[in-house]
Amino acid sequence: MMALLLHDVPRHALVLLGLFLAGLIAAPLLANDYLLTVLIVILYFAYTGIAWNVLMGFAGQLSLGHALYVGLGAYTTAALYVHFGIGPWIGMPVAILISVASGVVIGFLAFRFGVAGVYFAILTIAFAEFARIGFDHFSWVQGSSGLFLPVANRATNDLINLRGKPAMFYYVILALTVVAFVFCHMLLRSRVGYFWQAIREDEVAARSLGINTFRYKMIAIAISSGMTAPAGVFYAFYYNNLFPEQTFFILRSIEIILGPIIGGIGTLFGPVIGAFLITGLAELLEEFLRISGLDIPGVKRVFYGVCLLVVVMILPHGIWPPLARLLRLGKRKDKQDEPGA
Amino acid sequence: MTTLLEVAGVSRNFSGLRAVADVSFRVPEGSIFAVIGPNGAGKTTLFNLIAGMLAPNSGSIAFQGGRIDGLTPDEVCRRGIGRTFQIVRPFPALSVEDNVMVGALLRHADPRQAMRRAHEVLRRLDLFDKRLQEAGSLTLPDRKRLEVARALATEPKLLLLDEVMAGLRPTEIDRIVDILKQLNREGLTILLIEHVMRAVMSIATRVLVLHHGAAIAEGPPADVVREPAVVQSYLGAEAL
Repeated sequence: MMALLLHDVPRHALVLLGLFLAGLIAAPLLANDYLLTVLIVILYFAYTGIAWNVLMGFAGQLSLGHALYVGLGAYTTAALYVHFGIGPWIGMPVAILISVASGVVIGFLAFRFGVAGVYFAILTIAFAEFARIGFDHFSWVQGSSGLFLPVANRATNDLINLRGKPAMFYYVILALTVVAFVFCHMLLRSRVGYFWQAIREDEVAARSLGINTFRYKMIAIAISSGMTAPAGVFYAFYYNNLFPEQTFFILRSIEIILGPIIGGIGTLFGPVIGAFLITGLAELLEEFLRISGLDIPGVKRVFYGVCLLVVVMILPHGIWPPLARLLRLGKRKDKQDEPGA
Repeated sequence: MTTLLEVAGVSRNFSGLRAVADVSFRVPEGSIFAVIGPNGAGKTTLFNLIAGMLAPNSGSIAFQGGRIDGLTPDEVCRRGIGRTFQIVRPFPALSVEDNVMVGALLRHADPRQAMRRAHEVLRRLDLFDKRLQEAGSLTLPDRKRLEVARALATEPKLLLLDEVMAGLRPTEIDRIVDILKQLNREGLTILLIEHVMRAVMSIATRVLVLHHGAAIAEGPPADVVREPAVVQSYLGAEAL
């Protein structure tokens, strides 16, 4: 299994990845509370970026409404916890199920009736907006006045109920991100991964090669929406409050896709490096401005805009592809097919 | 010889224009069957009808005895008909081998088996040395061969080739003719649209001539090119 997973990954890529992961595991020992908070936000965006990338980066379907799946995941587990005392890990499968169900409905409406490209993106926005307005009037989860989770004593870590100190949350989101990363690595090397990429590149040609494009696009949206839901679970239990106006807001969806776009759509590592760059730099900028006594509201969004502009103009495929070439991290050539090997 | 593909009375209209008009023919198993005709004769429409891109307005298409008209392109491919596109459609950001891999995965779900199959096909089409290049960076002759390789990787019984020799140099044409003949000897039936008469004459066992959507002649190539109707409509009087 491991051999199959790693056979075409260059050895020094594994070493770099291992060092990177070791650094992330050790980070809470060295980082102060502020830095840890920033790292949590970075990993949150790395995770959601990886999940979004399955649909857009692999299968070529642009979703601008992934906040919907985050929100459904968040609200499902939070409501189960508040109303019935059901813990987040038991609530998570329910959240994933609901998220996948909504993704499948959107996918069916779009892919069955030939809604594609920009129109598909608009459809995803529409559903996130339905949810935002709907949840505003959904009294079981307190509507627009917000759903609050009881904030427990933070002196001890309760992993079962996700109540505890930032370091615990950090390791939870790190674990989620690592699992999602490995899962995507497997997906890309499987039949479904190849079929997705074929659909992304040219749907007509993909169909002529026997690929049932409807089915594989449905699988893509189901996996992507299902993967996004745990980010919502994390969001709910980390922030302890949920407001429809914030959770389902379109800006949340946009923030999710910034990392992959800047890092490199369709690449494995792009969403991760993108999240580190954009969130890291934005926080650095804010911190720098705060220290120098300048308080400019909205500076982060202007910064996101500039980053996006620069990347789209100079590196349209994102930062990761040229960086990977520089570090020689491309796919290893299959040795068994070389003559004489 | 048994019939592999049977097209019976097929017509297709595009809002008033009759692109294919009541065309009937049979492709025997093991043959190389060429469809020729001037531009706008309905050749590509006929191909798209067989490949499931379009449904006929009337008539029927049967493959190995089963009706395939009205099936979707992916269903037609899974039945065992591979096709290329006149205007090539590679997956540009994927490597050459991954392009062919997509085709090979149809019959081999295990990626490693599919890759072995893809490499076999790439060797046959002289693309093995270029397998790690991005498909978008290939030259036109290589892209044409990649079209054939990708379709072949789906292991079809019938291969539809839409002008794979157009734009190729004579030596390249000879090479692809050799490859196709070899594949045919191994049991592959080929239905091709071609303008390069030199290739058609050397490769085809049967020829169908379309003109204004209708079949005006059918038979062995040497006979067909002597038919007055064909000479007048397609080859031009000077060919006499």
